Amino acid sequence: MALTENRKEDGTDNGTRTAAVPPRKGTVRRLAAPDPASRSRGGQRFLLLGLIMASVYSLFPVYWLIIASTKDRVGLYQSNGLWFSGWHLWDNLEQVFTYEGGIFLRWTANSFLYAGVGSLGGTLIALATGYGLARFDFPGRGAVFAAVVGSFLIPIALLTLPLYLLFSAIGLVDTPWAMLIPCLINPFSVYLAKVYTEATIPYELLEAARIDGAGELRIFFSIVLRMMTTGGATVFLLAFVNTWNAFFLPLTVLRGQENWTLNLGLYHWSGKKLESGIDVTSLVLTGALLSIIPMAIMMVAMRRYWRSGVTLGALK
Amino acid sequence: MIRSQRWKGAAFTVPFQLGFVFLYLLPIGYAVYQSLYLEKSSGLGLGGATTEFVGLDNYGQGLTDSAFMGSILRVVLFACVQIPFMLLVSLVLALFLDAATSKVASRFRIVLLVPYMIPGVVAAIVWINLYSPEVGPLTPLGNLFGFDWNFFAPSMVWPAIGNLLTWHGIGYNMVIIYSALQGVPRELFEAARLDGASELRIALSIKVPFVRGALVLTALLSIIQMLQIFNEPALFRNVTPQTVSDSFTPIMIIYNQAFNAANYHYAAALSVLLALILGVASFLFYRLTSREVD
Repeated sequence: MALTENRKEDGTDNGTRTAAVPPRKGTVRRLAAPDPASRSRGGQRFLLLGLIMASVYSLFPVYWLIIASTKDRVGLYQSNGLWFSGWHLWDNLEQVFTYEGGIFLRWTANSFLYAGVGSLGGTLIALATGYGLARFDFPGRGAVFAAVVGSFLIPIALLTLPLYLLFSAIGLVDTPWAMLIPCLINPFSVYLAKVYTEATIPYELLEAARIDGAGELRIFFSIVLRMMTTGGATVFLLAFVNTWNAFFLPLTVLRGQENWTLNLGLYHWSGKKLESGIDVTSLVLTGALLSIIPMAIMMVAMRRYWRSGVTLGALK
Repeated sequence: MIRSQRWKGAAFTVPFQLGFVFLYLLPIGYAVYQSLYLEKSSGLGLGGATTEFVGLDNYGQGLTDSAFMGSILRVVLFACVQIPFMLLVSLVLALFLDAATSKVASRFRIVLLVPYMIPGVVAAIVWINLYSPEVGPLTPLGNLFGFDWNFFAPSMVWPAIGNLLTWHGIGYNMVIIYSALQGVPRELFEAARLDGASELRIALSIKVPFVRGALVLTALLSIIQMLQIFNEPALFRNVTPQTVSDSFTPIMIIYNQAFNAANYHYAAALSVLLALILGVASFLFYRLTSREVD
C-alpha cells in the first residue's frame, strides 16, 4: 500500500517519476499510516529489487543442491548445473542409505540422540540455574553469573583439547557420553533462561505460593516450569541447533565411525575422493540435502520461539 | 529474603556449578598446567620421554612462532574485510525490510533466513561443490562472461571462504539489526518527514544511530567466531590440500599440534594464548566502540 504522497524520497530512485515536490512545511498533518516508511512507488520498487536480489543470492545454493541431488554421476559432471537432467533422486537416496552398510542412518540417529537428549538435559539444568540466578539472592550469585558471561569468550580449542584428555582418562572418549555430557552445561542457555525468568516470573507469585505452603521444589516444577514453556522451548531449540551443527567437539572426541554425527560423516565422505580416489560426490550432496531437512522443519515449526530467542539474546 | 530460602535458591544452580567446574574450570586449569611442561625425549627418541617443567617457554615459543602468529594475522586481516562487509549488507537489508510494507517484510525475512537454517558444515560442503571446477555451475558461468576464475587457487581461497561466511551470516545478523530497528519510536520518522527529511536521511540519521548497539554486538560475536574459524578451512583442505595448509588458521594449528604432532603441551600453551588474545581483542573492541557514544 504505497501512499502516493508528494514527499521527497531517497535519491536512489531511477528517475521514473516526476521530480519530487518538496514537502509543504508548517502543515501539521497526522498521517493515518505510520508505515510504510518509503512512501513513493519508485522507492518501494527499489526496495523490492534489492530484496529480490538478496533472496536469489540466499536461495541459489539451495536450489542448486536440490537439482544436484536428482542427478547421477554423469549428469553431475556433464549437464548444466542449473537445470534437471534425468531423475535419479530415488537411486541416490537408496545409495545414501545403503552405502557402507547403511552407516548414514546410524549417523542420523546419533545426531538426533546428541542434539535431542543432550539439549533436553541442558535445557532443564539451564532453566533451574536461570531461575536460581534471577529470583534468589544468595552469596556467590554474582560469581556464578560472571562465570556464565565470561565463558562466552573461551575459545573452543582451550576447552575441547583438555576435555579430550580428561575424557580419555576416564574412558569416555568414543562413547556417546563424550557428546552428551558437554551438552548438559551450556552457559548461553543459562543466560537466556535468566532473562526469560526475569520477564515472566513475578516475585509476588512466588511469595503467594510460599504463603500457601508450597515447597521451593514444588514451586519450580509445577509453577515456574509451566510458565516458562515458551522460554524453555527457545532455549531447547537454540541448543538443539548448536549441537546439530557441532563439528570441532565431535571431531575431537569421537573416533569410530559408528558414533559419528552427520556432519562428521559428510566431512569424511567429501574427503574420500582425494584420500582413496572414490568419487562419492552425489552421495555427499544427497546426504547434505537430507541433513538440512530436520533443521529446516524444526526452525519453521518453532519460528516464533526462535525469533524471540535471537532478539532477546541480542538486545540484552 | 530469609536465609534458608537463599540457600534453597542457590541449590537450583548447583547442578550447573558442578558441571561448570568439571567441563570448564577443570579443563582450563589442566590446559594451563600442561602448558608449563614439555615432553623431552631422551637420547635418540628411542628411550622413554620425560616430562619436564619449563615455565613459560612454550608461550615464548608460541609468540615467536611465525606460523602461529601468521595465522592469527591472516585471520584478523580477513575479519577486517569480511565482517564490515557482511554487517553492511545485513544493515542495508534490515533497513530495506523496515521501510517495506509489513507483508513484504515478513515474506522476505523468512526467505533471507534460509541460509542460517543450513548447518555450517553442510553450507561449506555445498559452496565447495558450487566452486568446484568439475561439478559446480560457477566456473562455466564465469567462462560465459569471460572470467577464468579458479576458486581453489591460493589467491581465491579467502574470497571464497569470505563469500561462504557472508552468505551464511547475512540473514542472522539482519534479524538482530531488524529487531533493534523495530524499537525506534515511529513518531521520530513522522517528525523528521514533516521537517522535510528524505527517507535516506532518516535512515542514516535516525535509524542507523539507533541500532549501533546491535551492530557492535553482531560485530563482537563475529570477531569471536572468526578468531576461532576452523570448519570452513578444514573442509576446503579436505578437497584442496595444496591451497589450504594445515596451519591456515590458529585453531587448525592447535588441532594439528595436539593430534597429529602429539605435541600436547605446546598445543595447550597456544590455546591459552589464543584465549588471551581473544579476551584482549573483545575488550579493546568493546572499549573503542563504546567510547564513541555521546
